[in-house]
Amino acid sequence: MRLRTLLFFTAPSAVLMLVFIFGPLVSVAIQSLHTTTVVREMVTVETCSPGFLAQICTTTERSQVKMGPDGKPLTETRFTGLDAYRAVLELEKVAAAFSDAGKGVVDVLRLDFWRALRFTLTFTFITLPLVVGFGLVIALAVNNAMRAIRGPLVFVSLLPFVITPVIGALAIRWLFVGDGIVTATLRAWVDPSISFFAQGWTIELLMLVYRVWHNAPFAFIIFYAGLQTVDQDTLESAVIDGASRWERLRYVVVPHLAPLIVFVSLIHLMDAYRVFEEVVGFGSEAHVISLQWLTFNYLMPDFTGNRYIARASASSMLTLVGIVLLLIPLLRRVWRDNRARS
Amino acid sequence: MFKRTLLATALAASLAALPGAAEAACAIKNTVPIKTLSASFDAWKAVTSAWAECGNVQSEMDMNFRTKQPTAFAANPSLYHIGGVANNTVVPLLNAGTVRPLDEYIAKYGQILSPNQLIKVDGKTMAVAMMVNAQNFMVREDALKEAGIAVPTTWDEVLDAAAKLKASGKFATPLGATMKPGFDISQEFLNVFLGFGGVPTKPDNTPSINSEAGMKTLALMKRMTDFMDPEYLTSDSTFVARQFQQGKIAMAVLWATRAGAVNDPKESQFAGKILQAAAPAAVKGGKPATTLWWDGFVIAKNLPDAEAELAFRIAMEGIDEEMVKEANNAAVWLVKGYQPGPAAKGAIESAMGGAPAYPSTSAMGLVSAVLAENVADFLSGKKTAEQTLQAIEAAYLTRAKEQGLVK
Repeated sequence: MRLRTLLFFTAPSAVLMLVFIFGPLVSVAIQSLHTTTVVREMVTVETCSPGFLAQICTTTERSQVKMGPDGKPLTETRFTGLDAYRAVLELEKVAAAFSDAGKGVVDVLRLDFWRALRFTLTFTFITLPLVVGFGLVIALAVNNAMRAIRGPLVFVSLLPFVITPVIGALAIRWLFVGDGIVTATLRAWVDPSISFFAQGWTIELLMLVYRVWHNAPFAFIIFYAGLQTVDQDTLESAVIDGASRWERLRYVVVPHLAPLIVFVSLIHLMDAYRVFEEVVGFGSEAHVISLQWLTFNYLMPDFTGNRYIARASASSMLTLVGIVLLLIPLLRRVWRDNRARS
Repeated sequence: MFKRTLLATALAASLAALPGAAEAACAIKNTVPIKTLSASFDAWKAVTSAWAECGNVQSEMDMNFRTKQPTAFAANPSLYHIGGVANNTVVPLLNAGTVRPLDEYIAKYGQILSPNQLIKVDGKTMAVAMMVNAQNFMVREDALKEAGIAVPTTWDEVLDAAAKLKASGKFATPLGATMKPGFDISQEFLNVFLGFGGVPTKPDNTPSINSEAGMKTLALMKRMTDFMDPEYLTSDSTFVARQFQQGKIAMAVLWATRAGAVNDPKESQFAGKILQAAAPAAVKGGKPATTLWWDGFVIAKNLPDAEAELAFRIAMEGIDEEMVKEANNAAVWLVKGYQPGPAAKGAIESAMGGAPAYPSTSAMGLVSAVLAENVADFLSGKKTAEQTLQAIEAAYLTRAKEQGLVK
């Protein structure tokens, strides 16, 4: 293909990428380097608040937001460099943890960012093989099922993927929280002291199960499509050569599906690293938080109405860096394969 | 064709129903669309349905209103005319200057208001309160009598009573508390902290939570959890109210606005058995360890003056004697004609006992915000008490500096 034609064909996509992805990204990067503060002044004010029967009035000196001539609060934006990143990463506390007085990793995992990173990484790397594995198993099973029931099987297997993630997470939560059906049954049969939301590891386990249940159908449908294109001649000659079912899978089917496995892994890594719905749906912030949730939390106005835009931007830039680092090995593989082919 | 008929019927029905409802009790025949945003509990349901009687009032009730309100009111024109607020949720609006002074309207239309209802900042009335609220002590009178325990008045007595009830085998988890991270857990901490005589911030807005009172508060909270459902870190007000209704707990410090629901025979299996009392004191002879709150309304600043005035008149219609007559037990109303019933007993006793008002300041908002995120780390064993209090102060300072509250 000539370069001009190539540019012509990719132009619409490139423009959209520039406007909707690259632009906001640059803006977030700039915001992570600046802090906007409202201007405050110390004033003496009398405030009155109802008591029962009589009003309670207090006169105090307190800092109050200064209003500009247009009736809006005055703000000033300063360049703060990497301060926001430092505030998110809490590096000096990490250093203290590894000094003589600290307890090392235990201390680091008490810091929000590192705690979130720990969960996000374990979540990503545990669900990845499970999603790929289950997807492959379901695809093989459906592919070997009778032709007549394949349609309904595909439909049923896809259902978990169709459910809106937050709704799915809430459904699981209600099954297991407090006296949910599953917990109540387990309490009656096994042990009356079982509770799934009282400690972190059970919540994490539920999150893993939920994500695998939710995402395996995506892997399945991709692999199932791939299975339709496996070269039947190769398979037949393998049978004639006396290859067992396992050997045919190992040496014919899986190599054929390899590019799809890489594709599914890429997509899953990106998705799982941004784990968020589970934390919100399970209401697990006391025990388990994720990086994406941390960004969200900085962005929500707190009881003073303030949002922490700089730290939120820094935290999302760090998430981006994390995803890129995770994807590098897979992308290198794709690149090498492509080069080998051409 | 069928669809169109159906639509026409539905339209006719709603048109027929609307004027009827509008004439019910409102002195204003409103034709301008007015929008309101408030919290969602029984008292707000009573007030918003009284507003609806004026016609063309669209009320949104949402327990997450706190996160929507500041941005919605900052829009021009504001997305809502009337905002339901409390001590803490009014702060972001005052800070952003998105609500208007109401004195002019009060002079014209506010004859039914008592001075106690006017929330004044620097001499200007910025909000009108309709009710007071407090977390008070709710207790299963019958269960305590059966076990021969007097109604506790201090937290030590509460824990003793809880131990006895647990030992009797009647209650596996005799105590309830709102310990869900967020507003709930920060309130639990603050109530007890203030009860121990703690002062959360110094005059220069730096924190003083890492103190003796802070240590005592965490220790007491940890002792409470021994008698609570093990999933207490997901427990909010609705959860605790349901625990009462199902007979799982015998005691809890819970919002007065829930007193109606726990004693409502339609919802509760133990209706009429749950007594309201003053919040227990943290130290013997101390003030009830709780804070006094108000709920009321503000009017947005970014509105045409005529619309704002109309919104105020409609708002007044919702907090009149007639509404209180219909929903007397939904809250501790500040409105004329209110008859304090058994549901109000706890909140009134707490107020009489000298519980302080929750201060509407930015510093207090920040204290709440950092407590909301950090106290659970101690209860779940992630951090020691010292580490938790240090983390709270560090988080407070990071935010306060970013906001310019501390230099």
